[in-house]
Amino acid sequence: MNETWIILGATSSMARAFGRAVAERGATVYLAGRDMEDLKGSAADLEARGAAKAQAVKFDARDAATFAPIIAAAEGEEGLIHAAVFVGSMPEQSEVDKDPGLIDGTVQESFTGPARFLQMLAPVIEARAGGTVVGVGSVAGDRGRLSNYVYGSAKAGFHTYLAGLRNRLNRAGGHVVTVKPGFVDTAMTWGIEGMFLVADPADVAGDILKAVEKKKNTIYTPFFWRIIMTIIKSVPEPIFKKLSI
Amino acid sequence: MLWKTADYSGWGRVHTAHGEIARPERASTLARIMEEAPAPAFGNRRSYGDSPLNDGGRAIDMTRMDKVLGFDPDTGVVEAEAGIRLGELMRLFAPRGWTPAVVPGTGFCTLGGAIANDVHGKNHHVAGSFGEHVISVALFANGKRVTVSPGHNKAQFRATMGGIGQTGVILSAKIQMKPCPGTAMRVTERRLNDWDEQIDALEASTASYAVSWIDAQARGARMGRGILEEAELSDMRLPSRAKPKSVPFNVGLFSNGLFARAFNEGYLRRIPEAGKTSDKPMEDFFFPLDKVHGVTKLYGKAGFHQFQCVVPTDKTDVLRDMMMKISRSGLASPLVVLKRMGPGRAGMLSFPMEGYTLAIDFPNRAKAKKLIAELEAMTAEAAGRLYLAKDSLASGEMIRGMYPEWSEWAQQAAKADPDGALVNDMVRRLELRSAT
Repeated sequence: MNETWIILGATSSMARAFGRAVAERGATVYLAGRDMEDLKGSAADLEARGAAKAQAVKFDARDAATFAPIIAAAEGEEGLIHAAVFVGSMPEQSEVDKDPGLIDGTVQESFTGPARFLQMLAPVIEARAGGTVVGVGSVAGDRGRLSNYVYGSAKAGFHTYLAGLRNRLNRAGGHVVTVKPGFVDTAMTWGIEGMFLVADPADVAGDILKAVEKKKNTIYTPFFWRIIMTIIKSVPEPIFKKLSI
Repeated sequence: MLWKTADYSGWGRVHTAHGEIARPERASTLARIMEEAPAPAFGNRRSYGDSPLNDGGRAIDMTRMDKVLGFDPDTGVVEAEAGIRLGELMRLFAPRGWTPAVVPGTGFCTLGGAIANDVHGKNHHVAGSFGEHVISVALFANGKRVTVSPGHNKAQFRATMGGIGQTGVILSAKIQMKPCPGTAMRVTERRLNDWDEQIDALEASTASYAVSWIDAQARGARMGRGILEEAELSDMRLPSRAKPKSVPFNVGLFSNGLFARAFNEGYLRRIPEAGKTSDKPMEDFFFPLDKVHGVTKLYGKAGFHQFQCVVPTDKTDVLRDMMMKISRSGLASPLVVLKRMGPGRAGMLSFPMEGYTLAIDFPNRAKAKKLIAELEAMTAEAAGRLYLAKDSLASGEMIRGMYPEWSEWAQQAAKADPDGALVNDMVRRLELRSAT
């Protein structure tokens, strides 16, 4: 059966690894992002790895005009249309403190841009009576913390949006998986101090695909982050507000 | 961040380096680095010595540049970025009938590393070296991108094969794979009782893949005993069976003579007197140690050396003397390989020559270093050669004397990289670009 995946933010290493995993199953893949040269390279890579077809398409979370053409192109494919959202940006909290204007872009890239895209895709999933949305959030969205609460709050908003979308698509046979990765070994975390238990992007991609197959609602990857975050969430606010973690 | 400060080492963990490392994930990032702050590149750092290191300077980790850029199922030509692992190429394409024509003993070796060391495999006597299957290479050096091939920029191509990254950072390459009917190997193993049987068996073998394991602890009449492994591609389809295992901490077992003797005895008896033929998944045959993560921890904290030499066919008596010295020392680990080599080599600094190659791991100890120095001298005496992918101890004078095309190579490196931006710790140690 033909499956089509739209991958938003396809230049990230996590997205690349996920694209490879679905390509090896013979999927059709739309690689959406800004660096077209890199996306074209990835399209060739996925086709060599077994994708039925892989195509680079322009996507900018801050430019809604780029959304409709992607959905229209995917609608031309037979079978179910799935989407995996890997977009997001994480400016240093100290940078945001200096320039509060950075909040708008962060929220647009990590939350409202992808949410708007998914809002446009939802009717397609409903019309075809199936399709999975993978939304990559973050453990940072589980609780506001001193070190990156702007990024965290954008992801928290995205988590809530995904929960609502899951509620909606569930009625039409669709599904939404919320993914909360811990620290992943990507270009974004390369060289940042204080990283621990850093996961390989390919392992994270494997976890995501497993969650899609098992129709999980929310996963933490690697799994132990669920325990870590349960503890962090359970600290009473009067104490938590004094901590710096 | 683009640059991360780290301590890192080669596979043998004897040499270490401290410095900034970039790990680009996109061609645009890599191009920016090469324009602004060119630095030597490394892959999975499976070379044993100091060729992947640039102590005090910067280096580029190429492992995230690992896209397949094109594959033609009709011809078996594949083009890929330098950071892709050869094991990955095998995993992807063997089920579709094509496999890299030459692979070394680890699937973690990257495409770029295979070129920069002109690696060889268990089929060297038939298939030649890796570089002989390379169609073209894209390099970045001295601010520009160039493509080299046997027909275009031939001298730079020959300086690139085995040229430990000195003619430009290897961006991508196009290689010719070879057809394979399945994903398995039909392997025949039989015991050999002494050194003479080893040499006779390798000499007589007509198999496409042939390599011998030696019990380097056996002395006297049994000196040189071991197992000959011969193989052909099989049409069976077998997925890798080996389960990942890992060595949790620096245990030093392989540095222990008693353990090595016991291990070797058991390893030899694994093969029945009458020999044994079986089908093995390709990956398990080519990369037997890849599933044991942290295998080098078996040598303890101080790391280890691999001595690998090749001597001309008529100098097997020298190899025999070496083997005698080694077995008497009791220092050798169980990882010992003897192989007949053909003449195939693709570059000016390529290791292979027609003859026999011996590879042995030693723990990093004063006694072992002394023994290795003796073995190196014997190699030089026999007009043989040491392998840059393994070396961490030799002198520059000795190495340069073993590679007759060295000065031509040095000229090519100087031409491609006039500022010496790509010089790494090995090149410095052996004065490969500074000596005259």
